Amino acid sequence: MTALLPRRGLAQILALIVILAVDRVVSPQFFDLRLQDGRLFGSLIDVLDRGTPVALLSLGMVLVIATRGIDLSVGAVMAICGAIAASLADSYSLPVVLAAALGAGLVCGLWNGFLVAVLGMQPIVATLILMVAGRGIAQLITEGRIVTFTSPDLVWLGNGAILGVPVPVVIALGMLILTGAVVRGSALGLLIEATGGNARASELAGVGTRAMILAVYVWCGVCAALAGVIAAADIMGADANNAGLWLELDAILAVVIGGTSLFGGRFSLVLAVLGALIIQTMNTGILLSGYPPEFNLLVKAVVVLAVLLLQSPKLSGFAGIMARLRRANP
Amino acid sequence: MTLKALFAASASAALLLALPANAAELTIGFSQIGSESGWRAAETSVSKQEAAKRKVNLKIADAQQKQENQIKAIRSFIAQNVDAIFLAPVVATGWDAVLKEAKEAKIPVVLLDRDIDPSGKDLYLTAVTSDSVHEGEVAGDWLAKTVGDKACNIVELQGTVGASVAANRKKGFDTAVAKHANLKIVRSQTGDFTRAKGKEVMESFIKAEGGGKNICAVYAHNDDMMVGAIQAMKEAGLKPGKDILTVSIDAVPDIFKAMVAGEANATVELTPNMAGPAFDAVAAFKEKGTVPPKWIQTESRLLTATDNPQKEYDSKKGLGY
Repeated sequence: MTALLPRRGLAQILALIVILAVDRVVSPQFFDLRLQDGRLFGSLIDVLDRGTPVALLSLGMVLVIATRGIDLSVGAVMAICGAIAASLADSYSLPVVLAAALGAGLVCGLWNGFLVAVLGMQPIVATLILMVAGRGIAQLITEGRIVTFTSPDLVWLGNGAILGVPVPVVIALGMLILTGAVVRGSALGLLIEATGGNARASELAGVGTRAMILAVYVWCGVCAALAGVIAAADIMGADANNAGLWLELDAILAVVIGGTSLFGGRFSLVLAVLGALIIQTMNTGILLSGYPPEFNLLVKAVVVLAVLLLQSPKLSGFAGIMARLRRANP
Repeated sequence: MTLKALFAASASAALLLALPANAAELTIGFSQIGSESGWRAAETSVSKQEAAKRKVNLKIADAQQKQENQIKAIRSFIAQNVDAIFLAPVVATGWDAVLKEAKEAKIPVVLLDRDIDPSGKDLYLTAVTSDSVHEGEVAGDWLAKTVGDKACNIVELQGTVGASVAANRKKGFDTAVAKHANLKIVRSQTGDFTRAKGKEVMESFIKAEGGGKNICAVYAHNDDMMVGAIQAMKEAGLKPGKDILTVSIDAVPDIFKAMVAGEANATVELTPNMAGPAFDAVAAFKEKGTVPPKWIQTESRLLTATDNPQKEYDSKKGLGY
C-alpha cells in the first residue's frame, strides 16, 4: 500500500496548506468545528462535503486519463443517475435505488468504453456524445422538472453522518481506498499505465489494452453515478438541468492539479483527490471571503495557474538554476 | 370533448400541420423556446389552458433553445397564414428579417416573457413581460414592512452573474432596501439560480456570520436557491422562516411546500400566464382594431405564508414546474 502515497505530491500539499492559510485569513472561524445534530459542523467539513462529487469524479477520471483518454460525459452521467435515484427513491428501497443508479452509470461507462476501445473513436469525441445527449436523457427522466423525494434513506446518503463525519465524505474515502486497493494492490494499475504509455507496445507485450480501456470507462461511469446520487441526495431532488454541470472540467482539473499527465502513462489517485480538495478549499474560501461574485472565476483561475506553475518542471528547473547562481555569486 | 381532442393534437409534436380552422375563432402560432426550466414548462401548459378557455386554436412549436428553429417556426406560421404569432425569443437580437416578413404578411407578433433588441420598434404588436426590477422591489418592500424599525442584516443569493434577470432583481431589491437605514445587505454571492449552489453558498454565509446569528433575512433571486438555502439553515440548527426571514422570487410549487411547513415567508410570483393577456390583446386588436401599448407588464404578486400556500401549491404542482 505504500504505492498509494507517491514520493511526488509536495507541490500539491504545499498548495493546499497555502490555500487553507489564506482561507483562515479571510475567514477567522475557518477551522472552528462543533457538533450539530450529531454531525460535525464547520467550514472545514463543508470543504470535504462539497468536494465529494468532484473527488469521486476524479477517482474515475484519473484512471481514464492514465490510459491517455478523457471522459467529458461524467457531469451528464451524474445528472442521469441522480434523476434515476430521485425518481425511484420514494417507491423502492435504498439498495434497489442504488443498484438502478449505479447500474445506469455502469451502462454509460460501457457505452463510452465501447466507442473508445472497440470502435477506436477518439475519447474526447466519443464521450462528447454522451455529454450532450446525457443531459437530454436526464431531462426525459425528470420530464424537465426538479424531481423531489422524501425517502429518509436516500436523504441520509447526502446529509447523514457516521461518527460525526458526513456520509458523502465517508463514501468518497471508501471509494478511494477501494480503488487504490484494486489498482495498486494488483498489477492492474501498472497495466493501465502501460496502456496509456504506449498502447501498441503494451498490446504486443500481452496486455489486454482493450479490456483495460473498457474497464476504466466503466469505473469512471460508476464513480460518476455515485457522485450523481450524492448530489441528488444532498438537495433532496434531481435537477437535470444543473446537476453536475461543468463538473467534468473540475474533475479533469483535479486530476491535472494532482500531477497526472493528460498524455497518460502514470497516475496518482491520492493526488487527484487532493486536487479536488484544493479546488473546493479555494471555492469555499471565495464564498467565505465576501468578495463580489464577479471575482469568483478570476480568483479561481489565478490560483489554478499558481498551483500548476508550482508543478511545472521547466519552472522548478528555472528556480533551481537561479538558486545555484545565487549560491555561486553571493 | 372534440375541442379537447383537437387541443391534444395541436399540442403534440406534429403541431405544425394545418388544423381545420372552423373549430376555433382564432388560430395562433406560438414559438416557444423549449424546456429550459420548470417555469418554461409551466408557461407552456398555462398557455394551452388559456387558449382552451378562449377557444383559441394554439399551435406550439418547440424550438429546443435554438433561434434558427424559432425563425423556421415563424416562417411556417406565416405560410399557414395564422391570425397571430406569439414569440418567446431565445435571444434578444437577430429577429428583424423574420419579423418584417410577418409584418408584410399582416400577421401581428406578440413577444412573451422576453423583449427583443431593438425594443419598442414597429416589428411587433406588443410585448407581455414581467418587470424584474419591480419584482426585486416588491421583495424588498415586503421585507422592510415585515422587519419594521429593527436592525436587519440581509444576505443575498444572486442569480447567475451576467444574467439580466439577476442584475434587475438585485437592482430592484437594492432600491427598496436603500430607503431604510436599518436594513443592510451584509453578504451577496451568486448561487447560479440552482438549489445545490444556493445551499452551498448559504452554508458559507452561516459560517461567516457567526453561525447565522447575525443574519436576519435571506433574499434569493429565485425560489430554487431559497429551497437549497432553507436546507442549509435547517442543517445548521436554525429555523428558517422564524430565526431567519426568507423572501425569494418566482413562486414555484416547492416554495409553497416550504411555506406550509413554516420554513419560508414570502415569494414574488413570476406569473407563467403570459399568454392570457396576449390572447386578449390580439382579440381586441382583431375585433375592434385596438392597438395595445408596446409593453404589457404582468402583475408581480406577493405571496406570503398567510395567502393559503397549500392552495397555491395544489394549483401549481400540475403545471410542469
